[in-house]
Amino acid sequence: MRLTALYLFASFSDFQQGRGSVQMPENYVPAFIFIAVALAIPVVTLAIAKAVRPDNPFGTKLMPYECGVDPEGSARGRYTVRFYIVAILFVVFDVETIFLFPWAVQARTLKAFGFIEMMVFLAILIVGYIWIWKKGALEWV
Amino acid sequence: MPGFHRGDYLLALPMMLLTLFALGVLLIDLLLDRSSKVINAWAAFAGLAFSAAAVHNIQRAFADQAARGEPSSPFFAFSGTLMVDRFAVFFFYLFLAAAAITILMSVRYLEVEDEHHGEYYALILFSVVGMMCMAAGNDLILLFIGLELMAVSTYILVGFLRRDRRSNEAALKYLLLGAFSSGIFAYGLSLLYGLAGSTNLQQISMALGNAMAPGKARVVPAVALVTTAAGLFFKIAAVPFHQWAPDAYEGAPTSITGFMSVAGKASAWALLLRIFLFALGPMRPLYVPILVFVAIATMTGGNLAALTQSNVKRLFAYSSIAHVGYIMLGLIAGTAFLPNPDGIRGILVYLLVYTFMNLGVFGVIASLRRRDIIGDELDDLNGLFFKAPTEAVLMLTFLLSLAGIPPLAGFYGKYFIFLALIESGHYALATLAVIYVAVSAYYYLRVANAMFMRTAGDRVPVTISPGMWAGLAITGAATVVIGIYPEPFLRMVNWSMHVAQNPTVAQLLR
Repeated sequence: MRLTALYLFASFSDFQQGRGSVQMPENYVPAFIFIAVALAIPVVTLAIAKAVRPDNPFGTKLMPYECGVDPEGSARGRYTVRFYIVAILFVVFDVETIFLFPWAVQARTLKAFGFIEMMVFLAILIVGYIWIWKKGALEWV
Repeated sequence: MPGFHRGDYLLALPMMLLTLFALGVLLIDLLLDRSSKVINAWAAFAGLAFSAAAVHNIQRAFADQAARGEPSSPFFAFSGTLMVDRFAVFFFYLFLAAAAITILMSVRYLEVEDEHHGEYYALILFSVVGMMCMAAGNDLILLFIGLELMAVSTYILVGFLRRDRRSNEAALKYLLLGAFSSGIFAYGLSLLYGLAGSTNLQQISMALGNAMAPGKARVVPAVALVTTAAGLFFKIAAVPFHQWAPDAYEGAPTSITGFMSVAGKASAWALLLRIFLFALGPMRPLYVPILVFVAIATMTGGNLAALTQSNVKRLFAYSSIAHVGYIMLGLIAGTAFLPNPDGIRGILVYLLVYTFMNLGVFGVIASLRRRDIIGDELDDLNGLFFKAPTEAVLMLTFLLSLAGIPPLAGFYGKYFIFLALIESGHYALATLAVIYVAVSAYYYLRVANAMFMRTAGDRVPVTISPGMWAGLAITGAATVVIGIYPEPFLRMVNWSMHVAQNPTVAQLLR
């Protein structure tokens, strides 16, 4: 810490000699903003949330949500990790469809260029699909 | 106007070839049985060679430009999103070399770990594609996609030893902190876009030049700067944001630790230089103080933490953090408005020599891995000189080079950076850095002490595969040759410094 202070003092004179002679306080503003922002973000968000939100807890409200039915058993139950793989695969191919939409809308203007670029994109995804298939990620057992 | 332009594809060819080969490796791997997985390594190697040829093609275009007597100007592709200049070509070669050496060192290591899969090589190639986008991006979107492609590939590679708890833990920590830092970085980029109304680096630079005119409020530019910088500091593992590095480096497969610490770091630096010199160029008076604070913290934290480590991979993780601190000094050097060209030259030289010496170190550590020994504790290096003298001497070369002892390559990186600091009058900072270099000699020599002056715990000979020998020979030769005869390498760095039309950089090079 003392070394830092020492350097800050020393560099002050450097900048004074440098072109434009930047003023010391302004020069270090970003460093302070840097620290201030880092400290402020969690404090401010938590404080605002606390101040703004209505605070009225009651038994039914605090119950875990389970499609409107009274929960049965613990929410901490285990379920098979296969759901996780399926979910990831879903996300990948879901995003693929999202990319297809803007191309479909603009297909007439983009002509052959758009078509070929899209086919390249699909070809890369198909390689991924073959890979998933061969690795057995699509088999449920 | 969208459409096919031949030039676009010529400039993107290095990346396209790597992608093609990576996909090829994924498919070939499905057909190979366990004993012939080494074919994947050859295929990946071929991909790197083809890509290097494509980069050489771009390099020739620059030579033609010079032969016609034109001033060096970058080539743009895909409506200006990709900008290949000499700076980018330098980094392309660096990434390809690092990946090639990593592959040489990996084959045997993966066989010992019993995790020899084609995905490993495919992911290395994909991460190199990401790194190339980071070095040649001229658009925030492309830079960010490149960063994520590199990072996601590395997350998986860190966790590649699926049955090893440490590897899994490292991957999870790295993923969470990496995602967090990418979020902060993206937030900074969004503010830059908000200020400039464009994702193009030149446009942003111009907009920031206006925003920095005297008498204007600088709060939003300052917040944009701070968040962008914080995201970048995470990626290069500078001190307030370095916590992921020791864990990730320790848990990752050793070959990947080497790859991350050189190629990953060099690509993050390429991105940082692109953003700080090009887009944020006009904000230099604001970012230099931040860099000074972070550089001092990084040198202090890295060097002092490395002193007490007993795990070699962790020790070199902290050592690589300390090196980031020195490299950062190269960007600080200069006046309040312009960086010192020697400083930037120093950064490039530093990254070049660091690639070879650090890969060499991790190669030696990886070669110590046997069925029953992980080989990453300091005690595992005991008496290495008596078991494998050549390897121990090579390791000593790398260690001395990392410490910056003159006849070796590491000296030149530090030389240019300290020279630039002194030229621009940062005497206090230069003194501090030199003191820390002396401190670093202690922990490097501690490793040497274990190798040469202690007796080995066992008599099992160290077996080194031909690939590993090739890797160690290349890194060792580079470390010695750059140190003794640096001229061609300095010429290469000077060549790549003829960067761009950006006002800041153009002024810098005049």
